[in-house]
Amino acid sequence: MAKVIVVTSGKGGVGKTTTSASFASGLAMRGNKTVVIDFDVGLRNLDLIMGCERRVVFDIINVINGDAALSRALIKDKHCDNLFVLPASQTRDKDALSLEGVERIINELKETFDYIVCDSPAGIEHGAFSALYFADEALVVTNPEVSSVRDSDRILGILAAKSKRAVEGLDPVKEHLLVTRYNPSRVAAGEMLSVDDIQEILRIPLLGVIPESESVLQASNSGTPAIHIDKSDVAEAYKDMVARFMGDDVPMRFVAAEKVSLFKRLFGGH
Amino acid sequence: MSLIDNLLDYLRGPEKKTAVMAKERLQIILAHERAGRNAATPDYLPALQEELLEVIAKYIHIDRDKLKVQLEKHGEYDVLELNVTLPENQQVL
Repeated sequence: MAKVIVVTSGKGGVGKTTTSASFASGLAMRGNKTVVIDFDVGLRNLDLIMGCERRVVFDIINVINGDAALSRALIKDKHCDNLFVLPASQTRDKDALSLEGVERIINELKETFDYIVCDSPAGIEHGAFSALYFADEALVVTNPEVSSVRDSDRILGILAAKSKRAVEGLDPVKEHLLVTRYNPSRVAAGEMLSVDDIQEILRIPLLGVIPESESVLQASNSGTPAIHIDKSDVAEAYKDMVARFMGDDVPMRFVAAEKVSLFKRLFGGH
Repeated sequence: MSLIDNLLDYLRGPEKKTAVMAKERLQIILAHERAGRNAATPDYLPALQEELLEVIAKYIHIDRDKLKVQLEKHGEYDVLELNVTLPENQQVL
């Protein structure tokens, strides 16, 4: 049975699209037929992060309006055979994204794909709502920073009250916490909320921790999902998180700061 | 920084860390916002208020705004709070 997973956060700039790209790639690398949909109508960016921006011909709104068949709008990923991208429209406004239209597309995708990853826009308006409405599971992307944690809490409230599962009284959307842009040394210095703090506040199970890293910018510069950047801690962290999502028991990494010796603290190491 | 400064910092120990402040502030504001969210959810509250007004009106004249119906969360319990302010000179019908 195909699963619909929304990548959401409320707040912008926390790493939803970076996560959608790497998460979808990770699922595909493990042999799952996967499609990732950009719901940010008017401000599409998933195509750039996936490196397929020059191959966009039709988009989700074209499919909803019947201007193009779904199969013609899907773009095959250049790294993974099992992965396809459905881009958002750059020109239309977000109201063109009707719930009935989105439902039709998701139902059609369910016939072919194992996982349907929905990359939500920021905010709590129509685009974000359409992205989360049909979700079976949710990755709540959160930065260790007060406004991000608060917005994640707000999104969790919306998932619990307004998603299709909530409205129809089905089993609730399964929620996963993904902490991104994590800096263990700043946490150790008491300058940043810890993963434990965030988990205690949001009260949902932790799926993974992605460290703050320069390789994320390098990945987006080159249009390569961060999970493909060899030997980077971000790629390792995303692979771990995908493995946990698939049910593997993988210990958390990249959460502890490197030990700084007393000598270094006294004499300065930097 | 000189050796002395570093040594002093090390011995002085931490001041109140901003991460601790962040956590405390979030716990307070989110408890408040969650309570507001949950209280606003039940859509039967306005109807309940109308019917209560009708019942009360059989016995006492009160203004519409003198009846308050609220649902609050106190820890694990939901508390339905009815607040009826009676007029000063009660007129029994």
